[in-house]
Amino acid sequence: MTEAITNLVKLLATEPYRLLVFLVGMMAFVGLNAAYLVWVERKGAARFQRRPGPTEVGYAGLLQPIADAVKLMSKQLIVPAGVDRTLFRVAPLLMMSPALMSLAVIPWGENLAARNINVGLLMIFSFASINVMAIMLGGWASRNKYAIISAARVVSQNVAYEIPMLLVAITMIMVTGTMNLNEIVQQQAGAFWHWNLFRVWINPLMPVTFLIFYTCMLAETNRAPFDMAEAESELVAGAYTEYSGMGFGVFFMAEYANILLGCALATVLFLGGWQSPFGILSGVIWFLLKMYFLVFSVVWIRWTFPRTQFYGLLNLSWKILIPVSLLTLILSSAMIKLFHHA
Amino acid sequence: MITKEVISPPGAPNETFVINLGPQHPATHGVLRVKIVMDGEYVVRAEPICGYIHRMQEKMGENRTYAQFLPNTSRIDYLSAMTYTHGFVGAVERAAKLQVPPRAEYIRVITSEMNRISSHLVWWGAFLLDLGGFTPLLYAFDDREKILDLLEAITGSRLTYSYYRIGGLYNDVDDDFIKGTREFIAQMRPRLKMYRSLVTDNIILRKRLIEIGPISKEMCRKYGATGPVIRGSGIPYDVRKVEPYSAYPEFDFLVPTCEEGDSMARYLVRMEEMVQSLRIIEQALDKLPSGPVMAEKVPRVLKLPAGDYCYAVEAARGRFAVRIVSDNKEIPYRVKLRTPSLSNLSLFEEASAGMLLPDALALMGSLDLVIPDIDR
Repeated sequence: MTEAITNLVKLLATEPYRLLVFLVGMMAFVGLNAAYLVWVERKGAARFQRRPGPTEVGYAGLLQPIADAVKLMSKQLIVPAGVDRTLFRVAPLLMMSPALMSLAVIPWGENLAARNINVGLLMIFSFASINVMAIMLGGWASRNKYAIISAARVVSQNVAYEIPMLLVAITMIMVTGTMNLNEIVQQQAGAFWHWNLFRVWINPLMPVTFLIFYTCMLAETNRAPFDMAEAESELVAGAYTEYSGMGFGVFFMAEYANILLGCALATVLFLGGWQSPFGILSGVIWFLLKMYFLVFSVVWIRWTFPRTQFYGLLNLSWKILIPVSLLTLILSSAMIKLFHHA
Repeated sequence: MITKEVISPPGAPNETFVINLGPQHPATHGVLRVKIVMDGEYVVRAEPICGYIHRMQEKMGENRTYAQFLPNTSRIDYLSAMTYTHGFVGAVERAAKLQVPPRAEYIRVITSEMNRISSHLVWWGAFLLDLGGFTPLLYAFDDREKILDLLEAITGSRLTYSYYRIGGLYNDVDDDFIKGTREFIAQMRPRLKMYRSLVTDNIILRKRLIEIGPISKEMCRKYGATGPVIRGSGIPYDVRKVEPYSAYPEFDFLVPTCEEGDSMARYLVRMEEMVQSLRIIEQALDKLPSGPVMAEKVPRVLKLPAGDYCYAVEAARGRFAVRIVSDNKEIPYRVKLRTPSLSNLSLFEEASAGMLLPDALALMGSLDLVIPDIDR
């Protein structure tokens, strides 16, 4: 019996079953996370606003996400007259799938990754740009004026934010010398001062680099204070205005999947991935702790700040983030050339 | 502020489109409809269309007695019901030459100023909601709840009070109210300081409000804007000072003004007004005289002598004036209600031209519109 289980585990560890197992696991992980991050967001918002939040469905409202999902699924999928039906239906999927694909290369633990490929970072960044297209398509296909304004906003916003984010990524590639996420994490072994965030002897501006990455991550995922694309007091619901039922539900899930991805990537690049801050007992638990801490900070920011103005956001990107990230890039390349040249 | 002239590249196509903001839209807080001609994200022309909640308040005034019309006055601007009732009873008292006892006048001042604070708190929360900040609304409602509880204890209602009567008040206040109000003042002062450090000094908020939606003095005069809008443009026009009524001359308070005329100026004026209202309430509580709260010999069937009477009060949104034309009958010949929100809205079309849509909505939020007050 145990032999059969061992054989099964061995079989599942071989390709292509390994990928299949991981994708199913990832879907479940992302689905549950999206559902329960909504609960966390609602509870967190309630605590910031001195109210109890969801309490009716289940203990402390814990079954609320399930009730929400049932409600969303039972709604009629309305496709308004005059929309481009194909694009209208494809857009939510196009938003969800890149996030799922990218999560396949995230190293959750030492041997816990669907694909340990050498260009993992490149893959994540190439897939991350697709969700911009998805929102744009959704807004375009909706034939709604608010949705089209939102689509135009999201494109210029993401063009502005991709650049500093990629500059930060190049800095990280130079510092670590690899695009393999697993190796990046292994380089940060030891205690917390080995994390890239604190490696100021390679680049004195490392914490600033992290802040730039974090800001760009917020802008990439269209989260407050950069949620111009769905600014509900201006554009009703932006690109999602015409979506109902699960069409909206998938967009909503994808938003949380993208937040998870962004926070997971920040954990890998800056916070030492699965490495423990004390140098012992490293494991997947540390990865999750760090990632959920970042997710919580994203929720915190959303319920604290008002929304930025659109040109304020572009000014921030072009006048502050891009010059500063260029500076960190040049500084770290000079430091590597001068002091760490192998 | 970025306006159209700065940005638009030469030779760009000159196509516009119309969006219909409202009557159901999250930014219009009610049933205001604004037809906006847009060029990209820039507002070319924003035309407010009123009338979706027109309830014929003025006509109702013409077919019922003064006492019967009194409850209506709370329902014109439901957020500052006290001051609106004050305007109406003031006009009737002026016409009937009724002498209101000083205690009643003091309590009117106290309750009106509390109502002003609660109205400004609702504006503050809703304005931040317009700007995308959700949390301040709940904090504002937390404070407002305390005011509503205090007013509910003496008036019996939480929104549409109808507390003032022609010649005085519905009932006297008790010691619990006075004690509770003093506690509220003590709680509210640190809260306003907290709002200043948490919200007013936030860099995102300042960037969204400073130099956005400037309204000049000339524009204010042209459209008859009053209240925090005109004071935000640097004109110290406050009915409590320029046409003193009730017990206001007996109190020491400032009329906050800001020279800039932008959205931030209007924001700061309202925040400072809450501080001044707290000062007025505190002084009124200290000096509260004893005595009756109802004038003697208010006739049961009230007939105003023939003539034309007007009485203006400073409501939370500006000058509210009631004009009563009487022909010596129980029912007035004409009741004209001059409400501040309509005048404040009318400058929106001129002020918003050339602005970006989110800036125009920030400007609209800073005007503090109450839609039933526009339509009456």
